[in-house]
Amino acid sequence: MIKRATILLTLVLLGFLFLQMVVGYVPSSTLNPISRHYVASGPDELGAANIVTAVLVTYRGLDTLGEVAVLFISAAGVGLMLRRRTGEKAEEKQRRPSSELVGTAIHFLLPLIFVLGIYIFINGHLTPGGGFQGGAVLASGIMLLLLADPDTHLNHTIVHLLESVSGFGYVVVGVLGLVFAGGFLDNRFLDLGTFGELFSAGAMPIIYVFIGLKVGTELSAVLERMKD
Amino acid sequence: MMLLLISTVLCIGIIVSALLAVHLGNTVSAAISAGMASLFAAIIYLVLAAPDVAMTEAAIGSGLTTVIFLYSIRRTLTDGTKEPPEK
Repeated sequence: MIKRATILLTLVLLGFLFLQMVVGYVPSSTLNPISRHYVASGPDELGAANIVTAVLVTYRGLDTLGEVAVLFISAAGVGLMLRRRTGEKAEEKQRRPSSELVGTAIHFLLPLIFVLGIYIFINGHLTPGGGFQGGAVLASGIMLLLLADPDTHLNHTIVHLLESVSGFGYVVVGVLGLVFAGGFLDNRFLDLGTFGELFSAGAMPIIYVFIGLKVGTELSAVLERMKD
Repeated sequence: MMLLLISTVLCIGIIVSALLAVHLGNTVSAAISAGMASLFAAIIYLVLAAPDVAMTEAAIGSGLTTVIFLYSIRRTLTDGTKEPPEK
């Protein structure tokens, strides 16, 4: 009885709080000072057409490094919990063959999905999207591959090498920014180039390629661990 | 006005699929409904001019998470049962 009353009271309180938020909501029509600074000087300072990327990769680059670290730790945790002990063989399961639709479509779709993923992270400083999104698209390509043929095994050496190299490269680029430009993860140690070109915005495309590869390989490794 | 209408419909979609995810007895259907909620959320982000977030939500929220849920449901099933246990 007391338990029910507590739950009810909590719900009413939460509802009251949310009601206050909804009733008092006024869409802000002006930017706050720090956003105004990012929007006004982002393109000139960092040479990125996509302000979101400028904020994520440079102004708030350390936070992004933290996010990548969090993802890495989660992937490592999944790998640790679902590891196969040495000598233990994967049990041979009688699997239902995947549908013909998936099996046929994958030949057309897989290259397109990979190209889209790579496009998203290489163009992160110009168009919406970036390392995380591109990496997730790459991983969904791997997911389709695993769905079409459940017996596929990713080459762990390549996956781990790619993941380690890109994680290491990301930090190295950050340190290069610290040494040759204004601070850790500053993209301006490379030439900013022409605004809106593919090779512009200093080190931003390089950072996003590293993040994209890292996120893609990590998520693919998680998927493969979950599969068998 | 149009924007408000579309947003409202999408919000209702999110709430309905979230409720379905909680109340459906079949775990597989519940996982799919949770993915649907994410998909509606992704569309609403796109409508509200946040394509970056929409991409993440569509790929991770509705794609990868759903598949990871389905894999874990299969892993946690006891052998011999083809269908997930009903509630």
